[in-house]
Amino acid sequence: MTQTESRTALVELSDVSKHYGNVRALEGVSLEVHAGEITCVLGDNGAGKSTLIKIIAGLHQHDGGTLALEGEDTRLSSPREALDRGIATVYQDLAVVPLMPVWRNFFLGSEPRKGAGPFKRMDVDLMRRTTHAELLRMGIDLRDVDQPIGTLSGGERQCVAIARAVYFGAKVLVLDEPTAALGVKQSGVVLKYVAAARDQGLGVVLITHNPHHAYLVGDRFVLLKRGTMVGNHERDEITLDELTRQMAGGNELDDLRHELQRTQGSGAV
Amino acid sequence: MSATEGTVADERILQTSPLRKLLGRPELGSVVGAIAVFVFFAFAADSFLRASSISTVLYASSTIGIMAVPVALLMIGGEFDLSAGVMVTSSALVSSMFSYQMTANVWVGVGVSLLVTLAVGAFNGFMLTRTKLPSFIITLGTFLMLTGMNLGFTKLIDGTVSTKTIADMEGFPSARDVFASTLTIGGVGFKITILWWLALVAVASWILLRTRAGNWIFAVGGNQDAARAVGVPVTKTKIGLYMGVAFGAWIAGQHLLFSYDVVQSGEGVGNELIYIIAAVIGGCLITGGYGSAVGSAVGAFIFGMTSKGIVFAEWNPDWFKFFLGAMLLLATLLNAWVRKRAEATK
Repeated sequence: MTQTESRTALVELSDVSKHYGNVRALEGVSLEVHAGEITCVLGDNGAGKSTLIKIIAGLHQHDGGTLALEGEDTRLSSPREALDRGIATVYQDLAVVPLMPVWRNFFLGSEPRKGAGPFKRMDVDLMRRTTHAELLRMGIDLRDVDQPIGTLSGGERQCVAIARAVYFGAKVLVLDEPTAALGVKQSGVVLKYVAAARDQGLGVVLITHNPHHAYLVGDRFVLLKRGTMVGNHERDEITLDELTRQMAGGNELDDLRHELQRTQGSGAV
Repeated sequence: MSATEGTVADERILQTSPLRKLLGRPELGSVVGAIAVFVFFAFAADSFLRASSISTVLYASSTIGIMAVPVALLMIGGEFDLSAGVMVTSSALVSSMFSYQMTANVWVGVGVSLLVTLAVGAFNGFMLTRTKLPSFIITLGTFLMLTGMNLGFTKLIDGTVSTKTIADMEGFPSARDVFASTLTIGGVGFKITILWWLALVAVASWILLRTRAGNWIFAVGGNQDAARAVGVPVTKTKIGLYMGVAFGAWIAGQHLLFSYDVVQSGEGVGNELIYIIAAVIGGCLITGGYGSAVGSAVGAFIFGMTSKGIVFAEWNPDWFKFFLGAMLLLATLLNAWVRKRAEATK
């Protein structure tokens, strides 16, 4: 355990804040991501999860606090820079272009090329083969990598996005609600790939509002509420019940239960 | 018996039949349409199948096609350019007036015109990416400004609505060879614009299908935010596309100038829609992200066949617009249907 303590985190946010005009989107949030571990960020709608992702992904810059990548204090200026530093983000909308073939999507933004001068071109063969092979490794056997990615199921698309990030040598994988729109079975498949990515040594940030999914795979849990951090736990410090309770609003839930019980009671009488 | 076994073993492969692949091609609808129009006029007009008629049709197609190719690329990239029609005239005017006023070799004017036209394209792209306004508004503004400038500057400099002839100027014969000559093949004259057109289709197809830039064009049109998120230079791609349209306008403009030797400053208004229609008939999705350069060429060819076919059939040319509208509707419906079939979930 002491070894884990002394390791530098791949990504470390300390006391980070972000304002949009006079709206305080994020205040005093700290988070660590280690290689081979999954850090879960939990929060209800409007808790600041998206803002947090955007800071890690380089889409927005933080106003206060520090963002350190492998111990080095950094300010990410663009998604490209974040990618170059090994941070790959898979957004809720998956950042895929539905009408484009799977293989074009897989390599979008980082197309391998061959040839020289005016004949410099994409290595289409390599792209097709790699896409097929990488997806096969994740257990998806696509008959045709030429089909538009929009024709794949939600879970498959999520897996393509994860496979893409892993292939391009991401050190940190940020997943924005990967199971939000999926059924039970597909969620399970996606979580398996998240775990597979972790086992390959990636640090994973898993954003979700489902404590059950988080507890299945998470090593650390950061709870957000209305832009502030209300909890930061390691796995052995917290039970699923406690996590669910905090996530659901803690005392608010008790109040709500109380209120609902009274309503039910009065209805019965 | 063994054949049946083979079928069973390859069951999964059979599901992506060649037919399905063919249906997935964006230009399929337009090819079917082009064949229909060709057969129709082959029967309706006796002279339609003569080599000289085909040459005329190809020439008409090429003048539209030269612009339809870059306009199609731009549409795949998710944008419009309403200034494309008058930009052709602007390009011709700049070339002609610069050479005449400076009494320079016409090639100097041609070069200056290239720079000016590319700058107009870059302006369109820059304004679009900077202001994030719809391209419809931005290029409508450019369209009106160019229309005004074409007339205004021509009247200011030449005193009339057309430019002075540059036919006797140095370099005119060679420039005419490049932009407006006629090549005789088997006793039939073919305009050189057909070559320009085919070359542009080839280059555009190469860019779209085989280069990184092509991947980016599909991506910025299909899902701009996703493209940006994975590191595609969206701004550069869009500005490049507008400059591509400008390049097409330059070629078309020089042809306009050198096939006569004077330019009417009011020309070109309305052509921007023709280019867009050709691209749409050719399978470009109006919302971006889908289409092909070959399709735009087929769209332009349908245009050429219809406009000249009506003349060969000795009908009243007033019917041309009606045919065009019907064709546009049919092609769009067919494309939508084909795409739905091709993308139907397994």
